[in-house]
Amino acid sequence: MALLAVENVTRRFGGIVALADVSLALEKGQIVGLIGPNGAGKTTLFNLVTRLYRPNSGRILFDDKDLTRTPAYRIVRLGIARTFQNVVLFQHMTVLENLLVGAHSRLRPFSGGRGRKQALQMLEYLQLGEFGERLPGGLPFGTLKRVELARALAARPTLLLLDEPAGGLNHEEVGELADVIRRLRRDFDLTILLVEHHMSLVMSVSDRVHVLNFGRKIAEGTPGEVQANPAVIEAYLGAESVDAA
Amino acid sequence: MPLPLAFIWSEFAQQVTGGLAAGAIYASLALALVLIYQTTNVVNFAQGEMATFTTYIAWTMMKHGVSYWPAFVLTLLIAFGGGVAVERVLIRPVEHRPEIVIVILTIGMLITINGLTGWIWGAEVKAFDSPFPNRSLVLGNVSISIQDIGTFGVCLGTVAVLWLFFRFTTLGLAMRSVAFNPDASRLMGVRVGWMLALGWGLAAALGSVAGMMAAPTVFLDPDMMLVVLIYAFAAAVLGGIDSPVGAVVGGLLLGVVINLLGSYVSFVGQELRLPTALAVLLLVLVIRPTGLFGRVVVQRV
Repeated sequence: MALLAVENVTRRFGGIVALADVSLALEKGQIVGLIGPNGAGKTTLFNLVTRLYRPNSGRILFDDKDLTRTPAYRIVRLGIARTFQNVVLFQHMTVLENLLVGAHSRLRPFSGGRGRKQALQMLEYLQLGEFGERLPGGLPFGTLKRVELARALAARPTLLLLDEPAGGLNHEEVGELADVIRRLRRDFDLTILLVEHHMSLVMSVSDRVHVLNFGRKIAEGTPGEVQANPAVIEAYLGAESVDAA
Repeated sequence: MPLPLAFIWSEFAQQVTGGLAAGAIYASLALALVLIYQTTNVVNFAQGEMATFTTYIAWTMMKHGVSYWPAFVLTLLIAFGGGVAVERVLIRPVEHRPEIVIVILTIGMLITINGLTGWIWGAEVKAFDSPFPNRSLVLGNVSISIQDIGTFGVCLGTVAVLWLFFRFTTLGLAMRSVAFNPDASRLMGVRVGWMLALGWGLAAALGSVAGMMAAPTVFLDPDMMLVVLIYAFAAAVLGGIDSPVGAVVGGLLLGVVINLLGSYVSFVGQELRLPTALAVLLLVLVIRPTGLFGRVVVQRV
């Protein structure tokens, strides 16, 4: 049984179809890559799974429960956490406090100590220990990305959605990121859905890859199969050369 | 009339402590305004009237034999519940409407609650008990009224409890995150709507502390908080309308400065205290619109 099953989902914004009849499934423990040119609908899919949007049609099943009628605040309680493309941290709160908000769904309303200890451990795990009392403003972008990852993990999710984790990172940091992603799956028993433009990262960590283009799924398979797929090559090279003409 | 006199230290000290006590009341109400402004982006013009209404509830309880502190605590709880209810019933439906709609709504609340208070309890001025003895503490040649010390202590104690709440509890942190980014908070599992209601509840409770502390000196009448509200607005703007620390510092500063101006600058006297507060408000808005502690809001267009 799939942990996450997106079934024939369509989402329109006004006259624009952001996602058209898209289906995909993640088995427990898989790392699945989701790729496609800009505007292909990748982030829209994330926003549908986390219930920022509701699909116009289709279903999204998590652990066999239909998410389309679940309120957004309950998504994380079910076990889904995410990061954002542009890093969305609470700027007026310390790094540690950001993690505590991340763990909100697991903590009692007036508790303090236990959550704090776990948050500190998570910071240590991602080598962020020294930044706990700092405000996010002024920290390097790569560090902020890791803070956001730590905040998502603080919720102890079973499914982690990563929206372009390599975006804005330097070459060396991207190399480390591949290790971090594999380590996360192992240490936290995670299933991971990864939206990413950095092809070598996606191809090296993913068990399966799905390709979106203009809101439609055009290919799916192992990294090797996808890279050899003519439709994918067309979407990445052909479409752009048409644009350029 | 000639300028009064020689400067006397003991009198100065008394004016400062009196100013701090009044300032603590302004600070509490200013903090209530900031709390609501931060969480829901609403300027609550009815904050003072809500405080007055709950102070009357405390008065009624005491009239029926409840002693001061139990009545105080019960009033806080009632104010909290009332604040939550106001947010759920009145504010929530207009949450996403233009600011002017909400401003008109809270001004409407001001008028309605004021009228309701007069209708229920009558317009005549009532005495309100103070929990503190009407004596003075003499230190050297300075005598400080225990009433002032108590008022200051209760107001700042409440502020300190709130600070601990926002700094150390799961709920407090969630309320702060909602103030910054409701959508992201929701994805962390925070029930945003309830956090907003909680903000209104805490603000109402804080306001009722200000009301109950002000009532023994200004006496209880339906309009008693109108003037205090203006001082609180001046304090909040002085400190920065988005800064809780600023509201408290602004309130204390305003209380002391107004008191000193009233006693040492002969043309200010009693009558010009309020206009002075308004002048402060105006000056801050012209010279430093973000206040002493406020952040500059950069809006992307």
